[in-house]
Amino acid sequence: MPQLGETVTEGTVGRWLKKVGDTVAKYEPLLEVETDKVASEIPSPFAGTLTKIVAEEGTTVPVGSAVCEISETVTDASAPRQEQPATTSMPPTPSAPERVAPVDRSTAATTAADGVRYSPAVRKLAREHRLDLRNLSGTGRGGRLTAKDVLQHVGSGGQVATAPPAQQRQPAAAVAAPEDGDTSMRVTQMRKTIAEHMVLSKTTIPHAWSLVEADVTGLVRWREREKEAFKAREGVNLTFLPIVVVCVCGALREFPTVNATWAGDRIIVRKHINVGIAVDIEEGLVVPVVRDADQLSLSGLARKIVDLVEKARARKLTMEDMSDGTITVDNTGALGSIASYPIISPPQAAIITMEAIVKRPWVINDAIAIRSIMNVCLSLDHRVLDGSVASRFLQSVKQRLETYSAQS
Amino acid sequence: MAVKTVLESVRDAMHSEMVRDPRVFIMGEDVGPRGNVFLITKGFLEEFGRERVIDTPLAEASIVGVAVGAAIAGMRPIAEIQFADFIYPAYNQIVGEAAKIRYRSAGGNTCPLVIRTPYGGGVRGALSHSVSVEALFYHVPGLKICAPSTPVDAQGLLVSAIRDEDPVLFLEHKRTYRLIKGEVPEGDFSVPIGKADVARVGTDLSVITYGLMRHYAVEAAEKLATEGVNAEVIDLRSIRPMDRQTILDSVTKTRRALIVHEDQKFGGIGAEVSAIIAEEALFELDAPIRRVCGPDVPSMGYAKEYEEAFMPSSERIGAAMRELAAY
Repeated sequence: MPQLGETVTEGTVGRWLKKVGDTVAKYEPLLEVETDKVASEIPSPFAGTLTKIVAEEGTTVPVGSAVCEISETVTDASAPRQEQPATTSMPPTPSAPERVAPVDRSTAATTAADGVRYSPAVRKLAREHRLDLRNLSGTGRGGRLTAKDVLQHVGSGGQVATAPPAQQRQPAAAVAAPEDGDTSMRVTQMRKTIAEHMVLSKTTIPHAWSLVEADVTGLVRWREREKEAFKAREGVNLTFLPIVVVCVCGALREFPTVNATWAGDRIIVRKHINVGIAVDIEEGLVVPVVRDADQLSLSGLARKIVDLVEKARARKLTMEDMSDGTITVDNTGALGSIASYPIISPPQAAIITMEAIVKRPWVINDAIAIRSIMNVCLSLDHRVLDGSVASRFLQSVKQRLETYSAQS
Repeated sequence: MAVKTVLESVRDAMHSEMVRDPRVFIMGEDVGPRGNVFLITKGFLEEFGRERVIDTPLAEASIVGVAVGAAIAGMRPIAEIQFADFIYPAYNQIVGEAAKIRYRSAGGNTCPLVIRTPYGGGVRGALSHSVSVEALFYHVPGLKICAPSTPVDAQGLLVSAIRDEDPVLFLEHKRTYRLIKGEVPEGDFSVPIGKADVARVGTDLSVITYGLMRHYAVEAAEKLATEGVNAEVIDLRSIRPMDRQTILDSVTKTRRALIVHEDQKFGGIGAEVSAIIAEEALFELDAPIRRVCGPDVPSMGYAKEYEEAFMPSSERIGAAMRELAAY
């Protein structure tokens, strides 16, 4: 009901000029209204279809109250809009957080490049409560995470990573004055970041672990046979790492839930298979990511891995290179390890290591033979994966590794 | 408790102070026989005499300049500028002289002067009777500025201003003169300069405002409460000194700040309030600071549509509050 005079506080609906179901153009007369001073035709502020008459002819309603509902045809709005006095502006309808793909946010890095922005208040609360914001969904405009959302999450007993008391005490013990001969090493930003990441992982992700032994004798022979031609053709060495990545990708296609992430009230199974490759550089560990690794051929993977390793060694990796990994492969065997208990990189659900290939006496067809054996280890997020899926995944990796032979 | 309009409260403050303190006198255009263009000083000439209710020529620089001299000499002048739009000729006397007296005399002299003037739009005052001038003065150290919006604050702050040892620019929003009524205590009371008022307690966002806009903001907040948004409204009451603590406490609590003033946006009071919040409460903010202000045009127009387009309405303030709450 519009305000037809300065002191007017209510109006009476005289006559409806349109009935329910009629279309009405913008500014077309919609109804007649009478006040104690004046009678007027009221034009429609919107174009659309009159879907409901709220104030019937002869009723008196206060200024500002709804008189009818019009389904606007201009936009795609599925909900009917209410008739408002022409001078007031429509309140914007907040977007439902469900539709704004928590998928994107829960696995995206917290950089501005991804379009996810956390307000100063949100960051402060996250620090105070030691939260990983990537797992939270928001009710702010466009699905934005608000301070209230964070507080509500904390209040409902959400994920709070508190360091166990032992870890608190250790730094105190280490701070005890260094003795003669001890060296004190400054903690670099990188080491600090790695440390925080590791603590977060170990205190929030329940790790479980499994190991399989793969008989890669055939693979070793196959590689021996192929490696010269590969180098000549592709310009890079054929190492075992890209081969393992191919097998891991194949197994992930079979068991997609290993390529997932825990998001509190749901598990997000990632469509893209972005394999993080652990690379050792002097200051520590970096994990550049091969995006859509399953779409690359063996030579493509080999080249991409070499490229990333070179960039890592040259300290030229970008944030883009290191973000949005969905699973990690670590070549711990390169340094002689035969079993490792790797730490999962949040928000991923698994990490795989390829251990050293060692010649061992092995039982084949009830006889002893010397075979090349490579252990493959898997740490898994036990919230996302149970032993059976994890084991079957590992078996799949093992079987793929064992299909290679000198003849294939 | 009496229920009075802002206009009656201004009158009563001056009347009671003139009765209490013989040094207090009024000078300005049409304050004598005419009793002020809004009839605020009607009857004062008859009661207090020609030496205490002085009609001046149409000469604002002199109105203030003479008052400065009287104040330094020990009087308590209330200099009236008939409409804030006419204050510009007096700018030098206010800023170059009155505001600097204490400082330049190392405290040897003070200037206990009150400059009262009606400001703001809403009465179809157009180019020469609608301006807001606080932004031109609030930058100046040595000057105090009051901008009450309610009868109790108008009376209490004017009493404080008259009793203050230093020059006070007392801004009365002309639209509130008759529109706003409220309860005012009987007897002698004052409201401290430099203290804001929490006009409405809330949790979801803070609206920081003054003048007529305080009433629109409260109206918008009441409407928003029916939609589940609980807004806090802070009425600054004094522009200088500004109550930083109340502003910061409120924004720390609600994490969202909306500044509303009728005055043009660029360089208005909102700019300083934003800077204070950003400097001292950045990590409490959950959304960018927002301002709803008059547009950056020289004046509001005479046509009703132009005046309405200039002055923030409670709908426009409410829309901004809604958006901020949903951010």
